[in-house]
Parts: sequence; structure tokens; C-alpha cells
Amino acid sequence: MKYSYFPGCSLKGLGRAYEESLLPVMKHLGVELQELDDWNCCGATAYMAVDEVKACVLAARNLALAEKSGLNQVMAPCAACYLVLNKAKHYFHDYPAMKATMDRALNAVGLHYSGDTPVRHPLDILLNDVGLEAIKQKVEKPLKGLKVATYYGCQIVRPYATFDDQYNPTTMDRLMEALGATLVHYPLKTKCCGGSLTGTLPEAGIRLVYILLNEAKKRGADCIATVCPLCQFNLDGYHSQLKAQYGDVLVPTVYFTQLMGLAFGLSDKELGLNRVAVPFKWRPPLPAAATPVPA
Amino acid sequence: MVKSMTTPPATKKATVPTRSSDRPNVQRPGEESVPIMKMRPTIKYEADRVRGFGREIMSVPGCEQLQSCIQCGTCSGVCPLSIYMDHTPRQVMALTRADFKNEVLRSRTIWLCASCYACTVECPQEIRITDIMYELKQRAILEGIFPKRFPIPILAYDFSEMVKKNGRITEMILVIKLFMKTSWLAALGNWRLGIDLIKTGRFSLVTEKIKHHGDIARMMDAVDDQKGS
Amino acid sequence: MVSIKQDIRIGFYVCHCGHNIASMVDCPEVASYVEKLPGVVLSRDYKYMCSDPGQELIQKDIKEFDLNRVVVASCSPLLHEHTFRTAVAAGGLNPFFFHMVNIREHDSWVHTDRKEATAKAKALARAAIRRVAHHKALEVKQVPVNPDVLVVGGGIAGIHAALTLANAGKKVYLVEREPSIGGHMAKFDKTFPTLDCAACILTPKMSSVGAHENITLWSYSEVVKMDGYVGNYTVMVKRKARFINEDLCTGCQECVANCIYKEPKFTDEFNEGLGKRKPVYIPFPQATPQVVLIDPDVCLNFKRGVLTDKCKKTCVEACGDRKAIDFKQKEQFTEIKVGTIIVATGFQTFDAKRVLPYGYGVYPNVYTAMEVERLVNASGPTSGEVILRDGRQPKAIGIIHCVGSRDKKTNRWCSRVCCMYSMKLAHLLKEHTGAEIYNFYIDIRAPGKGYEEFYDKLNEEGVHFVRGRVGEVTDWGMTPEEEGKLVIRVEDTLAGFVRRIPVDMVVLATGLEPQADAQDVRRLFNMSCGTEGFFLERHPKLAPVNTFTDGIFIAGCCQGPRDIPDTVAQAGAAAAEAMVLIDKGHVEQEPNTAYVLPDCCGCKSCLPLCPYTAITFDEATKKAVINEALCKGCGTCVSSCPSGSIAQNLFEDEEVFSEIEGVLAD
Repeated sequence: MKYSYFPGCSLKGLGRAYEESLLPVMKHLGVELQELDDWNCCGATAYMAVDEVKACVLAARNLALAEKSGLNQVMAPCAACYLVLNKAKHYFHDYPAMKATMDRALNAVGLHYSGDTPVRHPLDILLNDVGLEAIKQKVEKPLKGLKVATYYGCQIVRPYATFDDQYNPTTMDRLMEALGATLVHYPLKTKCCGGSLTGTLPEAGIRLVYILLNEAKKRGADCIATVCPLCQFNLDGYHSQLKAQYGDVLVPTVYFTQLMGLAFGLSDKELGLNRVAVPFKWRPPLPAAATPVPA
Repeated sequence: MVKSMTTPPATKKATVPTRSSDRPNVQRPGEESVPIMKMRPTIKYEADRVRGFGREIMSVPGCEQLQSCIQCGTCSGVCPLSIYMDHTPRQVMALTRADFKNEVLRSRTIWLCASCYACTVECPQEIRITDIMYELKQRAILEGIFPKRFPIPILAYDFSEMVKKNGRITEMILVIKLFMKTSWLAALGNWRLGIDLIKTGRFSLVTEKIKHHGDIARMMDAVDDQKGS
Repeated sequence: MVSIKQDIRIGFYVCHCGHNIASMVDCPEVASYVEKLPGVVLSRDYKYMCSDPGQELIQKDIKEFDLNRVVVASCSPLLHEHTFRTAVAAGGLNPFFFHMVNIREHDSWVHTDRKEATAKAKALARAAIRRVAHHKALEVKQVPVNPDVLVVGGGIAGIHAALTLANAGKKVYLVEREPSIGGHMAKFDKTFPTLDCAACILTPKMSSVGAHENITLWSYSEVVKMDGYVGNYTVMVKRKARFINEDLCTGCQECVANCIYKEPKFTDEFNEGLGKRKPVYIPFPQATPQVVLIDPDVCLNFKRGVLTDKCKKTCVEACGDRKAIDFKQKEQFTEIKVGTIIVATGFQTFDAKRVLPYGYGVYPNVYTAMEVERLVNASGPTSGEVILRDGRQPKAIGIIHCVGSRDKKTNRWCSRVCCMYSMKLAHLLKEHTGAEIYNFYIDIRAPGKGYEEFYDKLNEEGVHFVRGRVGEVTDWGMTPEEEGKLVIRVEDTLAGFVRRIPVDMVVLATGLEPQADAQDVRRLFNMSCGTEGFFLERHPKLAPVNTFTDGIFIAGCCQGPRDIPDTVAQAGAAAAEAMVLIDKGHVEQEPNTAYVLPDCCGCKSCLPLCPYTAITFDEATKKAVINEALCKGCGTCVSSCPSGSIAQNLFEDEEVFSEIEGVLAD
């Protein structure tokens, strides 16, 4: 299983812990990832606010590069990149005028996009290509006793729900259960975290973060598992403002790949667990066999 | 003998407040005029419409369905930010369709949209509301209709410029630039966040740049050529 | 210069139709042009040909001028072809020597240039003159009509149609799929806007059906095959096995009381899954026929529907001398012959699980409207007490309108009755619980008699109406009073802000849909359906109960969502339409049927093409045979026969080609 890997700007920047945990986990499962050569920014929501045609062209360059590399299945872990790349693909297929512009722009730099490259999320690849059985086999330290609230955010389920249910996604849930964790019923699993508004319009954005954390805390979650670097940043980074305004609502927020890595027995450093602002101290209990026999 | 005349009930005399503190809304000598109720007529005339605006927005791919809006309010009902908006998403749809360009582009709504797509998936008429919001954002940025030092359009513009130049963005540089252009105070207010980022090793000022960064500008130019702009 | 047979004498009339034609077509000019054409004996223009004087003119002229062909250029044949054919026949000429030209819808109404319009009228007239010369004398066929009627579906529509016909002395077979008649109406508590008890007004009619000497009631039965044509339908009915002998069962229900299952354990379909029943049961207390039935899927005497005879059979013991239980009963097939069929198979409710944001099936206290009907019904699973699935009594209830209606993602149409029944449920729930009731709507549709007044009444009772389509129903709270409740988040569009309203119970006003097997049923009866799946009427305004198949009528919600008054009206209309055929005793068929010529080579290409299954293959002669009564003259077989061995009356090759030549000449 080999895929073209599209990290996106965030995984090299604020979300580097996502990449740091994703790569060893994938390697451990025998999934080969080849970083897309010379990939460019997908544009995310910001470019859409400037010009949607140019935003699609930007995204299409990456898809064309993937096709050129011969590995035509793209894994896009960042939720925003996942959405934008899929959106470009849809526009390419649904609107002939868009397609013509995209073709022309790509031709100008000697590239070509056929429209066929699937853009997939790691959860999709883990559950459908690798399979939960294979993952279960690699679990060395089951996450026994960890109460996880799975948080999908909006971008991997709306508006394109390609691999999971739009209202009640369960891929991450099933993954967590395969790792031995206990799921917490979290009805807000697809509610928006505020996105970039936490930085630009904090009064609105931070409140959305508060609602998410508060509910997770009420339900007794030990941590929140995320799939999106911006969601992780929002839920994790504003703890001082949240504490000041709303009191103690902090719940550690980690990437699902970090939890996978812990279950596989990988080290903290390897998984970038030191990069979370709200410390996540829980570690899986040693398996019974390793309990030292009293002398 | 029947008492035909009953004493009339004691009339309650209206008491006029005597002390000025009892009359908070009355102008006191030497004071500036204090309006009791600020009068601002909200009537709209046909001249307020910018004819063709609605059709312009609807001509963008994906936005045609706006014509079928039944104003049910589902979009506002699911929007997590609608409680902060001056015009709810439903109202923005109505205003756009009715060509009230100035009211729409001046609303806070288009900036508050986090593009979470909840409205788009729930709309019974399958209107791509999020894409319409993007369109309106674009128009507002193009026409410069936003408060000075307003972070969102500045962020969008800087983002696009950085991508055009380098092919990728460097988040920290982008964010610092944004704070410098909008509010130093806000930057300082976030000092704890900055420290956290440095502590967790996520504070990087190394410019991310792709090899063929010239490609981006060339592609964008090709798009502009096609548009004839 | 074309030659016409010497003995053809054509009378041509061009109608002004008031201003409709004359404003754009120069009628006198057309008349004088046609006068000069070969074969034309007289050519007139007249203001209103369809009027009495106009028709009398034709009759007079036929006699006076010894005409043997008549052409009228006026409006669409759909309107007056019959009128003029009758006039021609009254004048002593075979009506099929008449041809009509449409110079109104096809000419005057679609032109803006007088010269062009007149030229076209001349061309059309010319074509008609050439064509009519080739017309042959044809006879209208008469087919006798069997006086018996089949009514499919025993809901209020079927019941009313059956009673109407039976009271008129006709013999009716009423076939109903469920074990009892009554349909959806039997499940309702009260009906809007009068708040009549549904069972109280329905059961007398149900009893009449059961007791009527002219109605053969076959419940727990389905139609499996239908053959034939108008007036002569042969229908095969499958009588499903109840394992009870209907004639012997007295409805005492001793078997139910004595069933080996002491307590009811199985999902009660009539109570929408809210109650339980035993394997032997009667669907509801007022069921007609008043006969129990046994469910082989759960009865201990069966395993997976197959008789094992392993049960103690305490039911048989309790039945005693009546000996009504028959475990060996098999399903039976009976063939009947009827002349007309009324299809009244009703609707199904929208599956609320399809709208995920409302949480039906996820949160226990989200109900569909039909479930609530059973909940508030005194003969329902909770004897009319509004007790929620988790045992609570609601203090606040939210009723969400338009679930599965007016929505491109589910059903685009408006289901017409939901606003009214939502208001009715609001009233009943308020009466039963005293709770705060909220109705969340997009528009209030209250068009019927007394409906707006009902809405008034609800407002006066203090029911809250919030205009806003509900976005989501959630089970998490943002304030202490929201904890443990279902929260409805909605934009109150009229007030202008978003609201969060915690409620204990959510009622979904689910819409009406065609039945799940509507496509199979319509094919069975040779009917069409619209894009939404409801059966298609012949004309939405002028023929709402007729279908495109003569002799088959539709009534009630199977044609489209409607309330009880309209359903009953339609059922009466369908019965009347059936009576037209029955009382006339025969049907006249348009003779534009196709017929197979002797040089048919037996290739059978035409057989599968006929949409009316009118073509069969005669094994003896090895040729295709067309059933004149079934043939509708669509022309498919005519055009597709590889050897050109099928011709069609009124559309013979010479007729069609001469018409084309006529248009193109000049």
C-alpha cells in the first residue's frame, strides 16, 4: 500500500505533531507514504475568500503533481486540505467552465489533471485499506481505561462525506475501540470549532471552543481525539483565555495518530506528545505480562 | 331617601417629578442634547437595490439554487455563529437575492462565517450557502468594504500573496504580520500563546518555499488572462 | 396537380372561433383558396362552427350537396372532434369521413404575423383535403361492460367507493391487504378540523361494508394478476392464510386470552411499534372483519413460518366447538371477472429515520405523528396517557413540520395534511398533558373549510407557533434547564433571532409518500405514475380520478396527498365514473386501432413493443394478432414492423403521406 502524501502547510508548521505521529504509525502498519514532490499550499479557506477559481487551480496543481508521480492516490491528513482538494475535484467534474480554466492554468506550467485522482483521509485508508483487524494486531499497549471523545470537526464530513456518515461518523470511534479505548458519547463530534475565528474574532471563536470542551468535560472524557490541526490548535491553544473566562474546562486534545502510536508502543518523543499545550499525561497501562514479579 | 349622589372617587393627581435625578431623560441646563430615542428610519426604497447583484452572485458556479430559497431559516438554525450575526444567513440570502448589495456587504455575517458547511448540507433547496458567503467575502474584499484594520480580509489577502510568492505559507510569519497590521494590543494579549508555541517547538519563522514557486504566479496569470481581467 | 377520385365530394369549413382564429388567420381567404382545390364541392367560413347553427350547417350541407367528406379547420380535435363527428353522423354520413384541422393551437395562437399564419392555415387545409379523400368508413366498436366492480384498498377511499357502488345495486369485491379494513384512518385519534373521533365516524362505515349484501369483502388479500380491457377484466386475488376459518370465527377472542404466551410480547404494527401483541391477535378492537389471525413468524406452532405443530395449542382448546382455527390453512388464489376497477391503495408515511438531524430512532423521546396518534388514542398502547418511552410525562413538546416534505433531499412536494394534523396533535397533546407546545413551521397551510378557524383556535389556546425550519435536535445542554432535555435549535424568522428551546418530547410531522410497492401495483393495473411516484390521473383538473387506462380509476392518497374530505369526494367521484360505464352497459372504442396485414411473417418483433400488451401471437396461423379492445392506436407496432405488415385505421400510409404532400405542395 503506497500513497502520495500531501502534508499541507499546517503539518509542517503549527500542526507538526500530526505529521510526527502520522509517519511512524503508518510505517508501523506497513503503509508507504511518499511526500508529494514540490507540493504547494492548498489554499484552505483563506484563498476561497479571495478567488474560488484560483483556489481550485492551486489545489489542482497538487492533484496534477500526484498524477505525474504515478502514485495517484493522495492521502491528505489535514482536514482543510482534504476538503479543498475534494472541492477542486468536484468543481472540475461539475462545472465545464471551471474545468476549462483549470486545464488552461495547469497547461501554462506544463501539468495536466485528469480528474480521477482520489483524495483520501487517513481514517479512510486505515479503516478501508489497512483494516481494523490488522491494526488490532499491532496494538501492544491497549488504551485500557482511556475515555476518549472523538471529535471529527466539520471539514472531513461536510460537504463531502466520502467515507463516513455525515451526521454520525464512526470511523474514528471504531478505530479507538480497536485500540482498546472507551468511547464517551460525544454529540458535538461534528460541530464547528470556530476555525480561524478564534484568532480573528475571538469573542465568537473562543466561545465555540468552550462549548466543545465543556461538553467533553461534562461527559467525563480524559481526552479529545482530533483529525484536524486547526481543531487541535483551537481546543488546545487558548487555555489561558478559556480559564480566565469560563473557569476550568480544559481537556487535553491530541491527534488520533498520537493515540494510535501510544497503543503501538511508540515513544512520546516520536509522537510529538510534548507539543500539546494542555498536557496529556495519561499513558496506557503496561500489559499484564510485563508486570514484574515481586522478588 | 336614596343617596343619588355618591362622592366621586378621589382622583389621583399625576405626580410630576421634582428632582432632576427623578427625570433622567430630561435635559438639564448646561447639558448637551441627549436623545431619548435615536431615530433612524429603516425603510428601503427601490433605489437602494443594486439591480443585477443577485443575478451576479447566482451566476457563480454552484450558487444558482439561491433562486429557490423559501426562507425556511434552517441555515440560521444550524449555523454555530448565527447568534453573533447582525443578519442571519437566511436574511443574507434574502438580501442578496433582492439585490441589496450595500446592506449585505456591510453586514458582519460574511466575516463571521467559519465555512463549516452545516447550512449547505441542511438546506432543503440544496443552496450552496457557504459558497455564496465566500462570494460575498470576495466582493467585499475587492471593493474594500470592511473596517480599517479588520483582520479577516487582511489575513485572506496576505495569505494569497504569500502563496503566490512562495507556494506555501509559514503560519507564524503570517500571524505575526496580521497582528502588526491590525492590533498590537491583541498581539500582546496573546503573549502566553506565543510562549506556549515556543515551548512546544511550534514557533518557526523559517519561510516555507517550493522549488517551482514561479509556477503559482504563472498559473494565476493564466486564470486572469482567461477571465479577461 | 394531384388528382382525386371522381366521386369524392368534400365540404370544407373554416371557423373564426370568434377572435381566436380570425385575429391572426384570414379565414375568408383560406375558404376561397380551398374552394379551388380538387375534390372540394363547397368551402365556407363561419364564426363558431361548434355552435348549434354551425353543426346544423354541416348536416344541411351534407344532404343538400351530397357531400361524402367533411373537413373542419378550427380548434384542437381534443375539444371538438367528437362534436363534429356527431354532427356529420347526424347528417347521415359515416363520422370517420370527417377530418379536423387545428388552425388555432397549431397556427393562430402561435403566430404573430398574419400573412404567415394564413399561409400555414392554407397549407394545413390543403393537407387535410388530400388526406380526407383516403378516409374509409369505420365503425365505432361497442364492448359490453361487466357490471361487477373491484375496489383495491380498504381505507376510507375504498370503503366509501365500495359503499356508494353497493348502495347503487352493483356487486363489489373489496380487496384489502391488511387483516382489517380501515386503513390509516383507523389509527387516528381525532380528525381535523372538527375533532371528530376517527374510529367513531369510520366504524359505522366499516360495519356497513362487512354487512352489505352487495360487497364481498376479502381482507388479508392482495391482487396478484390483472388481465383484460375495459369492461372485461380478469383478476387473480391471493387470499393469504390467517390460519383461521373466517366463516367460523365469531371474534370472541378467547384464543387470544388463552394463548400459550401469557403476556403480549411481539411488536404491534397497528400501534406503530409502541405496544405489544400475541401471535394470535386481532389488529384493533373494531376490526372488520371481526376475525383474529395468527402470525406464523412468531407463533410457537411454527418455526420460521413453517408448521411444526409442536405447540400445546391452548388457543384451539379455547375455541372449542367453533373449531375456527385451522393451522393447515394455505393461501388461496381466486379468479374474478369485473368490468371496472377502483384502485385506492393509499399512502405510506415518510420514514423519519431518513432525516438524521432530528434524531428519530436515536433519542427515545422523538416520535412520529402516527406514533403520537396511537399514544393519545384511548384504545392505544397507553390508553391515551401521554407517557414517553422513558416513562416521563412531557412538560414541553416540540412539533416539527415538513419532515420529509418540501425538501430536495427527501421529497420535494408538500404533503398537504401535515400542518393541519400538527395543529390537531398540538391541541390533543395540550388537552392531555397541559404542556407547553411549540409548532415549528415554514408556512401554515390551512386551505380547507374550517381550517383557518382551527388555526385561530390553536392560537387562542396558547400553542406557540415559531416560524423556522428546525435545524437540529440535540441532547446536550448549554444551560442548567437544558440538561436532560432535547434541545431544538431554530431561527425564529419572524422574531428575527435564533432560539434554543428545551423540550421533553419531539413530534415529527412526517409527510405522505407513495406506498413502497406503488411501482409494482401500478404496473399490475397498467397505470402510469408521476415523477414523485403517485399514480397519474388522466388530467389534473378535468379528470382527477381517471387513469390513462379506461375502466381503471384511482381515488385517495394513492393519487397524491390529501385529507379525508377530499379523499371521500374522490372516492365518490371514482364510483360515479365506474357507474357511468356500468350503467351504459357498453363502451365505445375509437377505431384508430392497428391491424395486422396478411403478409405478417411471424417475426414477433412487435409483441414486446406494445405498451398496452394488445399484441399476441397466434400459434395456429403463426401471425401476430392485435386485440382491438386493448389497442390504443399509439402506432408503435405500425412503425416498427420490419416488413410493414401492420397498418392503422385513421393513420393508413396513404392518409399520412397525402397529408405530408399536401403541406409541402405549393
